[in-house]
Amino acid sequence: MNEPPRFLDRPVNQKRIRWTFYALCAVLAGLDLVIHRHAEHPWEGLFGFHAIYGFVACVVLVLAAKQMRRALMRREDYYEGRPEGRPRRGPPATGKEDDA
Amino acid sequence: MIAPYLPFFAGALVLAVLGPRFRVPVLLGAPVAGALSLAALDPDSAWTLHFFGMELTPLRVDGLSRLFGWLFHLAALLAALFSLHLRERVQHVAALAYVGAALGAVFAGDLLTLFVFWELMALSSVCLVWARRSPRALRAGMRYLLAHIVSGVLLLAGALVYLRTEGSLAFGEIGADSIAGWLLLAAFGIKCAFPFVHNWLTDAYPEATPTGTVYLCMFTTKVAVYALARGFPGTELLVYVGMAMTCFPIFYAVIENDLRRVLAYSMINQIGFMVCGIGIGTSLALAGAVAHAFNDVIFKGLLMMSMGAVLHMTGRINGSDLGGLYRSMPKTTVLCIVGAASISAFPLFSGFVSKSLVMSAAAGEGYTWVWLGLLFASAGVFHHAGIKIPFFAFFAHDSGIRTTDPPGNMLLAMTVAAALCVAIGCAPGLLYALVPFEIAYAPYTASHVLAQTQLLFFSALAFLWLRLSGLYPPELHSVNLDVEWVYRRFLPDALRRCAPALRDLDARLRSAALALLAGGARHLHETHGPEGPLGRSWSTRAAVAVVVLLLGAYVGVLVL
Repeated sequence: MNEPPRFLDRPVNQKRIRWTFYALCAVLAGLDLVIHRHAEHPWEGLFGFHAIYGFVACVVLVLAAKQMRRALMRREDYYEGRPEGRPRRGPPATGKEDDA
Repeated sequence: MIAPYLPFFAGALVLAVLGPRFRVPVLLGAPVAGALSLAALDPDSAWTLHFFGMELTPLRVDGLSRLFGWLFHLAALLAALFSLHLRERVQHVAALAYVGAALGAVFAGDLLTLFVFWELMALSSVCLVWARRSPRALRAGMRYLLAHIVSGVLLLAGALVYLRTEGSLAFGEIGADSIAGWLLLAAFGIKCAFPFVHNWLTDAYPEATPTGTVYLCMFTTKVAVYALARGFPGTELLVYVGMAMTCFPIFYAVIENDLRRVLAYSMINQIGFMVCGIGIGTSLALAGAVAHAFNDVIFKGLLMMSMGAVLHMTGRINGSDLGGLYRSMPKTTVLCIVGAASISAFPLFSGFVSKSLVMSAAAGEGYTWVWLGLLFASAGVFHHAGIKIPFFAFFAHDSGIRTTDPPGNMLLAMTVAAALCVAIGCAPGLLYALVPFEIAYAPYTASHVLAQTQLLFFSALAFLWLRLSGLYPPELHSVNLDVEWVYRRFLPDALRRCAPALRDLDARLRSAALALLAGGARHLHETHGPEGPLGRSWSTRAAVAVVVLLLGAYVGVLVL
């Protein structure tokens, strides 16, 4: 493909975007010291509550979901794998074929 | 004066007869005509009629039904715009009938009318799934229809019990403290995709046509939210059901590959916020629930439209097959990001001004754990709907697909929806004025904005860290087991496994019965056959002797 590289394709730009984003995160966390919280819930007033909660929640979410895959993931044609009109007097299904 | 849903049914009839050549005036005219008739109706009015001694209310206009009425007209217009290029009779007819039925359900003032439109909604909407014309869609549509017919049957049963106990069919506040209440709650719950009965949604919506899913995601579940808000405000059970609905689907959304199925799981998550608000039941919470329903129709519609556009243009929808589309679909990319920002509740986008009402009500009413759950779900929804959808479709690795932005009508529909998201986000007063509950809440305080921005930025930071460190689960071609496994795999397998044993039992029973019959026949032959004692011909003398003996015995018994 002879396309000119886009802005986002260049690693140096990706790096710039990442560092801008880190700086914004730092500023937002810092603003907690400046802006007074009128909290609906007492925990909201804690320093960095939303920042830490958001970060931890997402990490937990993704890692837990990843573990869920071990138990729940099946191949794509899992439900369609067996033709609907399978022979009436075939051997009973063992369920073994799905353990992949 | 006509009911706002009639133009849609009339439109469906016209298109069914005349065909898709006339789709543009009909599809755009029906919502306009409906909106004009809604505007002309008295703010608080009801039409009643008597039917077999029951008082029915085919049209009831009040604050709540008005809000959903306006919403559905808007949604119908957006979805119609999005599907305008389609030259297919079935889909347009089904879609118009579906919108009409949804409006009818919202304006129904009694449970029987609600039931009629409820079933009509199921029957018309399933055509949008079947219109995909694939074996998968056919089967998913069948399962979808089954779930909705069960919901309809529960609704009818609840309505009849309600009529028996309360002596009226009027659809007002019902409450879950009677048999009728529980039946109706179950009926609404299935349509609302409560946990354990949610799989019809994640099963069927991603199998529908690119334009059909846009219609589907706008109406069915929102009618159910309306029905819950009408019938069960302040039912505490709903707080916990709603919280469960916000939390569990996000795990599935993270590992799901089909991006429209990710959005389907994300729908359950958003409906969870509404159900939670209805359960809390204060005016702030109820306002949050219905305002969020309003916003959700628009931003979820926008996201479904953007994914529909991707599917329409590339023929693919799996995250693992897509990527890098921002090069060839730049406009769709931007519009999708607006939808993603709205569903993630970024300040200045629509989700922020409605979701925060429910969150604030949960914190204010002392539901600490629920509030923490909702906060977790808020971070999670940003993660899977806000980042994952645009990232895996338009960025990530370059899939090599080169296409163009979708047809103009699709772009226009998405642009209007995106403009609405930003307009409502920037001027929440527009929406708050429509909501029939008091809203004592200012979304744009420094504190609220900072809290939400921190939550979202640090969620994004988590995504970035997980991506860079390689911990983020890759998109894989796969199916993830959910409750549907019970009826799609376990029960059919169990039945299949039992089949040999059942056949064996059947054969044994049959042979036992045959042996019994044969034995009986043989015995009869022995006694009554030509050679049997009772079948032989007797001499007249012996016969007379027996008759005399019998007569003697009879007289003897009489005398004694």
